[in-house]
Amino acid sequence: MSEAAVGVPALDQVAPAIEAGYRAGALRRLLRRPAAAFGLAVIAAFVAIALFAPWLAPYDPLLTSWSAVRKAPNAAHWFGTDEIGRDVLSRVVFGARASLLAGVVSVFISLSLGIPIGLLAGYAGGRIDALISRLTDAVLACPFLILAIALAAFLGPSLTNAMIAIGISATPVFVRLTRGQVMAVKVEDFVLAARAIGNSPWRIALVHVLPNAIPPLIVQATLAIAAAVIAEASLSFLGLGQQPPAPSWGSMLNVAKNYIDNAPWMAIWPGVSIFLLVLSFNLVGDGLRDALDPRSR
Amino acid sequence: MLTFLIRRIATILPTLVFVSMLIFGLQQLLPGDPAVVLAGEERDPNVVAYLHQKLHLDEPLPMRYLYWVRGVLHGDLGESLRLQQPVLDLILQKLPVTIELALLAITIALAIGIPAGIVSAVKRNTAWDYGANIVALWGLSTPNFWLGIMLILLFSVTLGWLPASGYVSPREDLRANLAAMIMPAFVLGNAIAAVLMRHTRSAMLQVLSSDYVRTARAKGLAERGVVMKHALRNALIPIITLGALELGTLLSGAVLTEQVFTIPGFGKLIVDAVFNRDYAVVQGVVLFTATTYIVLNLLADIAYVIVNPRLRVQK
Repeated sequence: MSEAAVGVPALDQVAPAIEAGYRAGALRRLLRRPAAAFGLAVIAAFVAIALFAPWLAPYDPLLTSWSAVRKAPNAAHWFGTDEIGRDVLSRVVFGARASLLAGVVSVFISLSLGIPIGLLAGYAGGRIDALISRLTDAVLACPFLILAIALAAFLGPSLTNAMIAIGISATPVFVRLTRGQVMAVKVEDFVLAARAIGNSPWRIALVHVLPNAIPPLIVQATLAIAAAVIAEASLSFLGLGQQPPAPSWGSMLNVAKNYIDNAPWMAIWPGVSIFLLVLSFNLVGDGLRDALDPRSR
Repeated sequence: MLTFLIRRIATILPTLVFVSMLIFGLQQLLPGDPAVVLAGEERDPNVVAYLHQKLHLDEPLPMRYLYWVRGVLHGDLGESLRLQQPVLDLILQKLPVTIELALLAITIALAIGIPAGIVSAVKRNTAWDYGANIVALWGLSTPNFWLGIMLILLFSVTLGWLPASGYVSPREDLRANLAAMIMPAFVLGNAIAAVLMRHTRSAMLQVLSSDYVRTARAKGLAERGVVMKHALRNALIPIITLGALELGTLLSGAVLTEQVFTIPGFGKLIVDAVFNRDYAVVQGVVLFTATTYIVLNLLADIAYVIVNPRLRVQK
């Protein structure tokens, strides 16, 4: 017991130090990749736009003007105006809030549900694992967007319900990933050592196993934000997300498709914004995958 | 092979049970009395009473689930309140349109994704590789409903080459059918092409570095023969399975694509049902989609074992 007590602090101090150094190195490796650095810069720009929207937007995004209906881009309205004279640039700026919020909150919901369930399945094994795995398979069998549409339809159309629907629909991926990582890590020597010195199963799972399963989850979470941004835009495009008149890129495209022959600018900028934001999260996700891969060290 | 089949089917049965529970459970998300909500805005007392009886709402939840499953097993997915038709009939009516769209989209995805993946792997770290990766990232990051709108702007509004929306049956006029379907099929195939390209690239890179490919090269075989005959054949095996998993993307994408191009398919059915609060149709479509997905994955697994004899021994 005394030997173990001496060994534990040493192990607990050395491992985090190595881990911290590795993660700092991973961030450096990420920033050295031009594509990932570009992605991070674009995401930072969109976050800034969302946070400072009231100061950046030239007009109130809900302000209608019957004298400026479907005006082409000009000096007063850089991105033009929509079917009831609202400034498209201001709506694109405010629309960043809905997209970023949906991306982050949905993935937070998926992580909050997926990590504990996956940890339980992977660590407990046996019947609990079999039950959770079959449940996960069942949710995965329903195509992501179709399940999100069904959930949003039954919960009622709103941005909050869209985020819940996207979060629940994306959870199985995190359950599977956490389970797989935990199953791989729990047979490692350091976990067996932690068990041998008498740590409780909960302490082993949370302190020793989970931190080692985190890197792939970070990569998946980044890519899942990209998918959630598209999913929110899709649900809003179908009328199941952000409700009018509140601005959202998806709902702006839903209206814009009806005016594509005489006001194409209404469709261009919200789409470009979704594309840029999703591309950036994909670039950062790809970059993180390489940067956190131990083989690339 | 038979043991593998039995074991594989045994694993999908509990999944199907959970899928049915999940979809039945959707109804429980409705606030208040489901019969009142399901009866629509008019809330006709006769309809409410009929639904109470049909859905066995006075019985405990497990009994209601069993009644519902019994109906599903007999092909009764419920009835559309708006269209006054059995849900299964509605699905079967719309399905051929979506199947045509899906087949065209898969053809386009294969025609773009696999050659791009091969070129990218064979010419690794060259301009070709970077170019193919950029195209794949574009495909993965572009919302397909926006791509659809942009294609309508270019090919319908500006150039006037293709119809912006609508559907003509291939039996009526094949040319008009293809003109109406080519844009939606491209939009739908675009994202899948990107995924296929990435899978093909990584599978080809793995195969190209294997010993038997090195031996084929050492024998002096032409590079084209080595790539197409020796490497691609083996690389295609995982691509087939991963391709089957893209069915979900295909069906999800069809919902949006059919909405943009006003195609009266399976995807449009669920969206219209959502807006008309036709919940039985929503449930029916999700159940049908999930079951199809599970069955197709089972078939893909079987195909994988058939084309790869080593797995037959292992399983």
